[in-house]
Amino acid sequence: MKSLLNNIKSRFSIKDVTEQRSNLVFIDVARESAVPLITYLRDYEGMTHLVLLTAADWIEENEFQLTYLLNNPEQKFDIGVRVRISREKATMETAHHLWEQVATYQRELKEMFGIDFPGSPGVDKPFILEGWDDLPPYRRDFDTKKYSEDTYFPRPGRESNDPAEYMKKKMYPNEK
Amino acid sequence: MKEDFKKRTVITPEGKPLEIDPVKDYFSDARPKVHKPANPVIEKFANWARANSLWVLGFGTGCGAIEMRPLMTPRFDAYRYGIQWRPTPRQASVFVISGYLSVKTLKRVVRTYEQMQNPKFVVGLGSCTINGGMYWDSYNTINRLDHYLPVDVYIAGCMPRPESLLHGFEELKKIIKEGRGEGANKYAEEFDWYKANQKKVIKDWDMPDYNW
Repeated sequence: MKSLLNNIKSRFSIKDVTEQRSNLVFIDVARESAVPLITYLRDYEGMTHLVLLTAADWIEENEFQLTYLLNNPEQKFDIGVRVRISREKATMETAHHLWEQVATYQRELKEMFGIDFPGSPGVDKPFILEGWDDLPPYRRDFDTKKYSEDTYFPRPGRESNDPAEYMKKKMYPNEK
Repeated sequence: MKEDFKKRTVITPEGKPLEIDPVKDYFSDARPKVHKPANPVIEKFANWARANSLWVLGFGTGCGAIEMRPLMTPRFDAYRYGIQWRPTPRQASVFVISGYLSVKTLKRVVRTYEQMQNPKFVVGLGSCTINGGMYWDSYNTINRLDHYLPVDVYIAGCMPRPESLLHGFEELKKIIKEGRGEGANKYAEEFDWYKANQKKVIKDWDMPDYNW
């Protein structure tokens, strides 16, 4: 792990390294060096397995954070490559040429966060939401409760009886 | 409209061009009709027969489908009550909406329900079909099933155990025997209202209005 980090640091400009556990390290990089770094890790450092690609919405900083979690099946450790992209112009270089399944993750991110990956196969096809015409629902400024109330005919709250009151009325109807 | 439903010219195996219009060729263009019971004596007998052979469509929409499996197998053995599972909508008379229903699934549910033969009954399984359950504020699951399909019996719980499912089926039998299982007629009577509600949530309506 140590030598691997030194190798990366000598080749790429790394913003920050967080050692979460002995077998899990997060590396923060700038946007333009993310895909080259992942390619290097896959081809030269044995991180051949992509565990997941996911996003988080940092609305206060006006940024999205993408995490590419890679696994080294030989030496049993994980590296998460984290990259921040702007929230307004949410686009990122595609990585589907490294692993085919990345295209599916990118399709989902396009639909749920509105992050575009130009050139990724089928990225504009609907993934789960068919015909969605609102804000992407995983963005934090999307109000899911309000959307649900406006769209899905909420059932009005049921009337509940206080058990003590109910029994008093039933057993002693004449008492006030 | 989806590509599959569009009017187009195809080449037959003999090499001749053939114009096809799938919506017209494969689907009915008539509205659903109300079938009122004609003879009360015959209807009573028919209802007795219907109630004692409930054929359930094997369509699990949500997590509730997991409770239907033990119901079939020897421990709870619903077959002894005349309940059995069928693979296609044409053969089934009971549609169990098992658990939460996302909009994507609702589209398939509407198509399936409309393909079932009359008389047909809908059982809403779990709290999600009643008021949305734990997904009440979700952007993608419906809250009230009875706005989209006529529901005969609701079974509350998250999840309801197989015992309560059996109880629900017993309730359904009572309803059918009393002649109150008129869901298909209700659907035909208030067809416009149901369609408007369905179209409100299914935003890419790419299928024919009448799926039979």
